[in-house]
This record gives sequence, C-alpha cells and structure tokens, in this order.
Amino acid sequence: MKILVPVKRVVDANVKVRVKADGSAVELANVKMAMNPFDEIAVEEAIRLKEAGKAEEIIVVSIGPQQAQETLRTALAMGADRAILVKTDEQTEPLGVAKVLKGVVEAEKPGLVILGKQAIDDDSNQTGQMLAALLGWAQGTFASKVVIDGDKAKVTREVDGGLQTVELKMPAIVTADLRLNQPRYASLPNIMKAKKKPLDEKSPADYGADVKPRLKVIKTEEPGGRKAGVKVKSVAELVDKLKNEAGVL
Amino acid sequence: MTILLIAEHDNATLSDQTAKALSAALQIGSDVHVLVAGKGAKGAADAAAKLKGVSKVLLAEADELTERLAEPLAALVVGIADAYDTIVAPATSSGKNVAPRVAALLDVAQVSEIIEVVSPDTFKRPIYAGNAIQTVQSSDAKKVITVRTASFQAAAEGGSAPVETVQAAVNPGLSSFVENKLSETDRPELTSAKIIISGGRALGSSEKFQEVILPIADKLGAAVGASRAAVDAGYAPNDWQVGQTGKVVAPDLYIAVGISGAIQHLAGMKDSKVIVAINKDEEAPIFQVADYGLVGDLFVILPELQKAL
Repeated sequence: MKILVPVKRVVDANVKVRVKADGSAVELANVKMAMNPFDEIAVEEAIRLKEAGKAEEIIVVSIGPQQAQETLRTALAMGADRAILVKTDEQTEPLGVAKVLKGVVEAEKPGLVILGKQAIDDDSNQTGQMLAALLGWAQGTFASKVVIDGDKAKVTREVDGGLQTVELKMPAIVTADLRLNQPRYASLPNIMKAKKKPLDEKSPADYGADVKPRLKVIKTEEPGGRKAGVKVKSVAELVDKLKNEAGVL
Repeated sequence: MTILLIAEHDNATLSDQTAKALSAALQIGSDVHVLVAGKGAKGAADAAAKLKGVSKVLLAEADELTERLAEPLAALVVGIADAYDTIVAPATSSGKNVAPRVAALLDVAQVSEIIEVVSPDTFKRPIYAGNAIQTVQSSDAKKVITVRTASFQAAAEGGSAPVETVQAAVNPGLSSFVENKLSETDRPELTSAKIIISGGRALGSSEKFQEVILPIADKLGAAVGASRAAVDAGYAPNDWQVGQTGKVVAPDLYIAVGISGAIQHLAGMKDSKVIVAINKDEEAPIFQVADYGLVGDLFVILPELQKAL
C-alpha cells in the first residue's frame, strides 16, 4: 500500500505573527517558516505504518510556492520516500487544495491519505474532510490512534467529551490530531540522504484543478485586547472582589 | 433566504451549542430550519422546536445516524441542500467533521469558526490561533459556515416550531461506529459551564491536580479545564484541554491555576467574562489578561480558597 501525506508550509508555530499595517494580511516577509505541526504528526504516522510493514511507499505532496520544497525535504528527511511539489503562487484555500489532492490521489492510487487535522495559519480544519468528500471515501478525522487491519482502518477520534472509535472502509482519509504520536527529528545523515530523494514538480493544471480562491479577504486585524486587571493581596480579597465587584460568585 | 442549522445533540437531549449557533444563524437570516439527524432523537427535535426563532425542525432518523457519522450525515444534508442558501453548524467535533464534507460535495468554500456575522455573506473569524481576526466575504451561491459558539449567546426558548420527518439518505456504507469512550462526570461540560477552574503544569502531578483543583470545582459547581502542558504531562485527560487546539470557552468566571498563559491557551479562554489567575510567577503572561491576579504558591492559596468559598 502507498500512503500519501499532504504537507503545508506555514509560519513556524513559535513565531508570534503580526498584522500588516495596511490590514491586508498577516506579515509573512522575513518570518521563519516550518512544516505545519499537525502535518509532521501525519508524516510520522505514515512512517510508523511503513515500519510496521503496513505500507511500502510514502509520498509527500505540497501545494504552494517554490519554497514549499524545503517542507517536502523535511518530510523526506523524516523518512518519506518521494515528494511532489504542486507549484502555485495563488493564495490557496482548502477546497482548491482538496481538488489538487484528488488529482494526485487518482494518479498515485494510495490506499490511505493522512493529513494534519488543520493548518495553524488559517485554522480551517477542512482539507481532509473535503478530499474525502471529493473522492467518495470514508474519513477518520482528529485521530489519536490508527490501526490498519486488512481493508479496514480502525480510527480512534478525539471528540468533545472523550474518544470515539470508527471503522473505515479502505481506501480512506485520516486527519491527525495532537496525540496521535510524537514526530521524530530528522538525523543529519537522513537530511543529507533526503537531498537525493526524488522530488517532482507539477502544477494545479496538471491535475485539472482550479485553485482560484472563493473567499475574499476584506481585512485582517489584531484581536481586541484584554486589559490586565488588578493584583489582589489575599484569598479573602479575591473572594470579596468576585462576590461584590464582579458579581460572579 | 432560508438557513439550515445542523443540530448538535445526543439524540435524547439538545446541546446548548445548537442554541448558540442558532443565534449566529438568526443574524444571517430570519428563516431557520434545524436538522436533527439521529436515531430515537425525538427528544432533541422537540427541544429544538422550542427554541425561539426556529421556523421548522427536520427530524431524520436512521441507524447510521445514531452517532452522526460524517458520510451518511453529509449525504443527508446535501440531499436537502437545494432548499437552502446557507448551511450552518456549530464548530463542535461533530460539526467540524461533517461541514467541510458537505461544502466540498456542494463545490463551495467553507467559512470556519465564525465569531461575528458582518452581513449574510461576510464574517469575522480568527486565524493564527486567534492572533489575528480576518473578515472574509464568500462569493459562493451557497454558504457553508461553522460557528465558534463561545462568541454567541444561546437563543432563548419560547418557540413552537413544527417537527417534520425527512428521509435519511441512502447510507454510503463507508464507515461504521465501533465505540464511544466518553468521560463520565457529574460536573458541567466545559463549553457550557458558567464557571471553569483550569490547572496547568505547575500542579506537578495528576494526583495533585485532583487533590487541589477538583474540590474547588465541586464547591463552585464548576467544570474542570487544563492547559495543553498539563494534558501533555498526563495530569489531566485530553478532553479537558482549553486552548486553540482544545476547547474554546467563554464562561462567566475562569480561574487559571498554575497556568503561565501560552498564546494557544489564551486563544481558548480570553472571551471569558471574568478571569482570575493564580500563579507564583508574577511576570506570567496570564496576568496580562486576568481581571484579578493573585501571586503566590497555589498549594497554599487553593486550600485557603476552598475554605473561603
């Protein structure tokens, strides 16, 4: 079985983003970029499935600018076998990305696609579900455990109030939640080896996909701030304020 | 302009997430139908019919809808979507699971986790874990939207909408339900609690977390939350996590104990009405959003607080 793992290049999770002065977007110039953390978990899960003998090949794909190559190389250094860069400078949205991925799936015929549950830039949490819809496949979202058993995948999902386990007919879509695994670091020898692994370049048109945005961004602004309140000296003062000033007790 | 709201419920009862998403739906348009998809879900449908502003409740029942699996639920919604301009779901784990599937089947974009309705096609939503707010306008003929319920008040009761039965779609037969392992608790749910007390890594262990946080929660009738650090360290279960990647909450009172205030945690609780921070580090970022801060050792402060309440 082949596993396809889409990865996205996003602002590094440790960077505090700033809104551009003209309110058009978030400032991305000279900002450190990295692989979306949920996608790292997806890559790791694919590698573990391969190590467990459940998969033969891991293909990583990224839809984005030329620099997304770096993200793909990171995935190759972690242990993916080959990469596809679907190059576009368009501001992609989940639906457009899902359409490209559908084309990639039809060309590569993976038995499983593992995606991060959401990208930490636009926080949409849509692409996996949309891809499942376009392919007519089953979906196991927000996964904290994946067990492949023949032509079925048992996926434990993090849902409100606890965990839910569903059984999916394969081929299927899985989206990774935080606690699915702890992604490995790429070792230096593997980073060197990754430079020689194959990386194909394609365009959305190669897959017949329209990635034009459907949403228009009217403006981007800083969130309304909260002001720091007062420091109280004692528990008694705190309880008094909560009762008599805030009225919440 | 007719709107379809996909209800959040457990068949027997309607979640108040539905009432909150209804408030958002009513800001988009005045004719709102609520879809209750489940099995043995008359209880939830009747509760939905009582919400003020609902003009009709659609009840669809089938075995595969018992747990609202995404594939048959999306098929059902798409089957009746012709009659609607906008499809709304609360951004619960169930809503987030099904709405994008519906959007893709309709070939429209989805606007996720809106926090404000600017106009029927324009919405505000947080990006970058709430570090920026984007206003987006949808150009699609049909809109699919999920609602961050912490940003909307629950719609009141006082309605009496008719309940109409609709056929479930043919089950695509792609997935099946195996089991639920839901945390059993007598405490209120995090997303609907009036008071929340949350613990962070400073608690030091799962035993200490239970020992000092839970008695106060019980005394206040509060829900219990945790920071991601506390969850990752194993001090508290996953579904207690408050933050961008956990639950987004907005109670009347939020008490943060031993939580430093990482951006991702703040994104999940900064809409609370009153925030109390208890932390030994007076420079902790949590104090910048707290209405009342108390600097000191939580293992001294909490037992005192328990007595004082």
